[in-house]
Amino acid sequence: MEWLEACLESLQTTVFDVMPVVIILVVFQTIILRQPIPNLRRTLVGFVCVILGLALFLVGLERALFPLGRIMAQQLTAPSFVGLDEAPLQWWDYYWVYIFAAAIGFSTTIAEPSLLAVAMKANEASDGAVSAWGLRVAVAIGVAVSIAVGVFRIVTGTPLYMYMIVGYIIVIVQTAFFAPKMIIPLAYDSGGVTTSTVTVPLVAALGLGLATTVPGRSPLLDGFGLIALASLFPMITVMGYAQISAWRAGRGQAAE
Amino acid sequence: MIVGLSGRLIAAVLPDLQLLARTARDLAPIVMVVTFFQLVVLRQPFPNLVDMLVGLVIVLFGLALFVRGLNMALFPIGEALAGAFARKGNVALLLLFAFGLGFGTTVAEPALIAVTEEAARIMAIEGVIVDEESVRRHYAVVLRYTVAGSVGTAILIGVLRILRGWSLPAIIISGYVTVVALTAFAPKWIVGIAYDSGGVTTSTVTVPLVTALGVGLAMATPGRNPMVDGFGLIAFASISPMIFLLIFGMVV
Repeated sequence: MEWLEACLESLQTTVFDVMPVVIILVVFQTIILRQPIPNLRRTLVGFVCVILGLALFLVGLERALFPLGRIMAQQLTAPSFVGLDEAPLQWWDYYWVYIFAAAIGFSTTIAEPSLLAVAMKANEASDGAVSAWGLRVAVAIGVAVSIAVGVFRIVTGTPLYMYMIVGYIIVIVQTAFFAPKMIIPLAYDSGGVTTSTVTVPLVAALGLGLATTVPGRSPLLDGFGLIALASLFPMITVMGYAQISAWRAGRGQAAE
Repeated sequence: MIVGLSGRLIAAVLPDLQLLARTARDLAPIVMVVTFFQLVVLRQPFPNLVDMLVGLVIVLFGLALFVRGLNMALFPIGEALAGAFARKGNVALLLLFAFGLGFGTTVAEPALIAVTEEAARIMAIEGVIVDEESVRRHYAVVLRYTVAGSVGTAILIGVLRILRGWSLPAIIISGYVTVVALTAFAPKWIVGIAYDSGGVTTSTVTVPLVTALGVGLAMATPGRNPMVDGFGLIAFASISPMIFLLIFGMVV
């Protein structure tokens, strides 16, 4: 019964979220463009699938995984777990936090529905040259690195903009000199899609937990920044993935 | 009726064992990470194990249904619209649609609402605005509408770029240079919020639609390549809120 109630509530929120999109689509398709919606029946069933699927996905995460993930983030960052007696703590005393940050960043990104959609589309648009799974793994590695680096930043209290600027410089150098031209727009897009439904809630809990427990950090000023890094590093790893694929393809041709 | 409908939908997904297996593979890493940390690192039993397992099954079916819906509704609609706009050849109408899609999907986004409320709270603590409920709410709403406006503008410029064939890296990199330059002048309290805002504006329903629209437009426009010109709309939508919020922090 409890589950059913939660499902219905989640369904209501999802319907509200999707409403503006549906209104814009219907207005443009039928009133402004005056085109009938193709395969109306199939499209309607598809929309119900999307709404119901998202609602179930969110309610399951919210009730089964997020609470546990949040408690974990708190426990791993608690001074009693990190080692209270060896004060003052050094940045390497938080090693389990870095490992957790990378692992949770990777695994939540693999399950991110919007990344799944972009990967499917990229595979189709490139006539199969870009592997959907390879792209998702490359993005997930980028998020894993960025969350671990972001956590390190909170522990050490170094300013966010320094990391961002270094990241931007790497992106610019890769864009200008190394990355295959075909992959660049996709790499830029993958930065924006990595952080939505699954990653943000868990990562935000981790950042806030750390900023609260590490001495000298303020949750207001230092809790931010994990999402920003998580939108930046995947660009680097996706371009890197394309560079490696191109290099391996080139080497394969040379060997023949 | 709901039970009957969901029964039919589950029946639509259940026979597709391949889809369910792929979805299970997508979720396996999370389950492994959580299990490892709970049992090996923290050495604690799972609280409410039954609840967790029920939740996982629900997550599995939810994600499988979503993927089904992507292929049945979101992708075809994005493509159909791109095709219709290309045939009609009315650029102004297309740009209006692009703005509406960006604005409309962002303004109701729960993640954005949360971020703007947080931003208003920080502004009050930093003494930028008066710490009163009504003032904070006012600023949160102003912030939300302007971020939504910036996303609408970003999608509009992104669509125009596909039609005209402008180079994406040049635009995005000058966007980053702008972000870095603004960071130097913006007050410290806005920087973290602004940087994080880029990630929260692109929702799970918008991304497939916008991507299908971009790729569809690139395929329908002569001389454009779906990979080189079709992608990039999401990148625009992630950068513009950063720029806007940094300016907002300087102006307030």
